[in-house]
Amino acid sequence: MKVWLYSIVLLCLPGAASAGSKIIATGGVTSIEGNAGGGIVPWAIINGYASSDEWSFTTFASRVGVNDFSLHSGGVALSLDNSWEFSYARQRFALESIGGSLSQDIFSVKYHLAGELLYTALPQISIGVQHKRNLDFDLPQAVGAQSAHGTDVYLAASKLLFNQIAGRNLLLNGTLRATKANQTGLLGFGSAGDNNYQLLFEGSAAVLLNYNLAIGVEFKQKPDKLAFAAEQHWRDIFIAWFINKNLSLTGAYVDLGHIAGQGSQTGYYLGLEATW
Amino acid sequence: MVKHRWFNSMLLSACLVLLPGCSNTAQPSLYQRLGAEPGIATLVDGLLFEIEHDQRIVHHFADTDIGRFRAMLAEQLCDLTGGPCQYSGSTMQQSHTGFNISLADYDALVAGLINVMQRQQISIADQNALLALLAPMYKDISYR
Repeated sequence: MKVWLYSIVLLCLPGAASAGSKIIATGGVTSIEGNAGGGIVPWAIINGYASSDEWSFTTFASRVGVNDFSLHSGGVALSLDNSWEFSYARQRFALESIGGSLSQDIFSVKYHLAGELLYTALPQISIGVQHKRNLDFDLPQAVGAQSAHGTDVYLAASKLLFNQIAGRNLLLNGTLRATKANQTGLLGFGSAGDNNYQLLFEGSAAVLLNYNLAIGVEFKQKPDKLAFAAEQHWRDIFIAWFINKNLSLTGAYVDLGHIAGQGSQTGYYLGLEATW
Repeated sequence: MVKHRWFNSMLLSACLVLLPGCSNTAQPSLYQRLGAEPGIATLVDGLLFEIEHDQRIVHHFADTDIGRFRAMLAEQLCDLTGGPCQYSGSTMQQSHTGFNISLADYDALVAGLINVMQRQQISIADQNALLALLAPMYKDISYR
């Protein structure tokens, strides 16, 4: 909550709201893992509005509420030169009906390899690494997780196509991720029976209704390594409102499938991002 | 562009052959939708105003003959958007060599163009159609 309050106070200070040169909305929003993207998929774009030779700072807070669980995420990111994105996020996953909670830290680096989202025929391509550290390993271990920490590597391609649907711009993103994470790491990494990396696909498509408003869908393929309960793919439908280059608000309907043996988990996602 | 012209002439031939079934359903060109010559002129003047007031990029125009730049840009936009003009200026590579236009410079110019189009209340679809024509010039303009 504090981060939100600080953001709002800072935004109210005249002159505090400087931003980089990138075009509004091209910094995307911040995913639950702290990377620029959609809500659940990291994209090839770099967080914030820092263009070449500029830097920007981003902070975010989000909440997912589904039938039996809630996920609070918050974090910060520093972007340099529209090339590097360094981020930290803390997640707290509350087991509302079972009781208790699981937390993890996520340290990420993303590097923009090639292409420019708006300007080149080649999509913008980035590589990213997420190092996750589980802070409450007792439960994950009890249900069969092998390790309390893990590292994901992903390759993402994002492209904005102008004038596609009723004259609106279309943003497409595809991400390939190598991971061992059970429920994105909240239930630890790997298992006794399967401790190998798996290559998974994540995708997003969004239509920009105007410069400030985007609607879209996301899909995130998930591994299924723990024997105690089936893990299912995630999907969502979102609307993102880029109020200005300093503030965005995202809402989504999410379907996280079965989690830890609890039936179909659907609900909402709300995210706030502030950037300078 | 060549492809477009070829397509248009094919379409015209098709219309002549199939006259009854093909009654003027063609959309006006982007040039027409932007307000033809006066519309383009207002757009160019608006962009010059944006450049003049943007500290990030105005220095690139220090030695530019603004009168010629204005005329050439209008002619180029007219040509690109399907108007009755033939761009007679130098290529984008030639005219930007030595300027070392960065991604941030290009972003700033695009943001300026968007400001102007918004001010002139050009529809989102027409704005995007124009951006679709201009955005790919990045590879010829940047870092030269």
